[in-house]
Amino acid sequence: MSRQTSRLDAKKVNSELLTLTYGALVSQMLKETENTEDVNKHLERIGYNMGVRLIEDFLARTTSTRCLEMRETADKIQQAFKLYLSMQPTVTSWSSAGDEFSLVWDHCPLSEWVEMPSNNGLKYCALIPGAIRGALQMVQLDVQCWFVQDQLKGDPVTELRVKYLKRLEDAVPAGED
Amino acid sequence: MADDIIFELLHSEIINYSIEKFKNNDNGEKETDLSVVEYIGFAAGYKIMERLTREWPRFKDELDTMKFICTDFWTCIYKKQIDNLRTNHQGVYVLQDNAFRFLTNFSNGHQYLEYAPRYVAYTCGLIRGGLANLCINSIVTAEVQSMPSCKFHIHVQRT
Repeated sequence: MSRQTSRLDAKKVNSELLTLTYGALVSQMLKETENTEDVNKHLERIGYNMGVRLIEDFLARTTSTRCLEMRETADKIQQAFKLYLSMQPTVTSWSSAGDEFSLVWDHCPLSEWVEMPSNNGLKYCALIPGAIRGALQMVQLDVQCWFVQDQLKGDPVTELRVKYLKRLEDAVPAGED
Repeated sequence: MADDIIFELLHSEIINYSIEKFKNNDNGEKETDLSVVEYIGFAAGYKIMERLTREWPRFKDELDTMKFICTDFWTCIYKKQIDNLRTNHQGVYVLQDNAFRFLTNFSNGHQYLEYAPRYVAYTCGLIRGGLANLCINSIVTAEVQSMPSCKFHIHVQRT
């Protein structure tokens, strides 16, 4: 009878499965290539592809309107973290021009149970900056994202820096003008 | 749930990654190599099963284990139960899902049928990995005859 009462917690299982699947992917990539820079690049690329498609889901789900400045964008990014990864990074360290900020978190579901081999240059969570870049590109914002601190490398928190580069203009497809 | 989409996108990207890699080192084979996707499923399945069954009563026998996969396990991950479980009681199990999560977004016609194997490989690995953790060695294959229904064949390997 105990089996009926001890049903699995679907939300927890799915989040764990995501973590484990991502872990399996990263370790598979490391097995295939010696070069961790390549792995970082691949992970960023995967994140980018996901971000490009994720933005539509985000807009549909939140009915967000256009952001007029970077501070609003930062709020939306923070909201997306909460929505998709159930984590709450803090937005800090704004540059004086207001075009550059940091996302800081001390717990991320993706990097749970991860033990890094001694410093080998792997950016385990490279998926996240990729996804931010991809998603923002779809709303005409060109940004640059990079890690300043990484908990997996012994830093107290993970800090991701986001820098606004330029507004992308809608390009008219060739032959349409 | 909002985070489901993350898993679905990651799943597609894993497939994408392994296909791109395959294209890069083209060695004349016609068939796409999905073993990487299957292996990622295996590794994830092996570990998740360890966590799921930690506080679960011991399974009575092999069939009981399969029932767990068809009901609780499947409901968690694929949002529904397996529709039909058949066995010949000699180590062959056929699990049929009439609306498999990773295939429901496809058109029901035959147009994309040739791509179906890509979207079931991860799950084959997931089942194989889960069973392996419960000390059942098996070979898992999938069969898609019409979208979005899918049959998983589990052949238990006895030594």
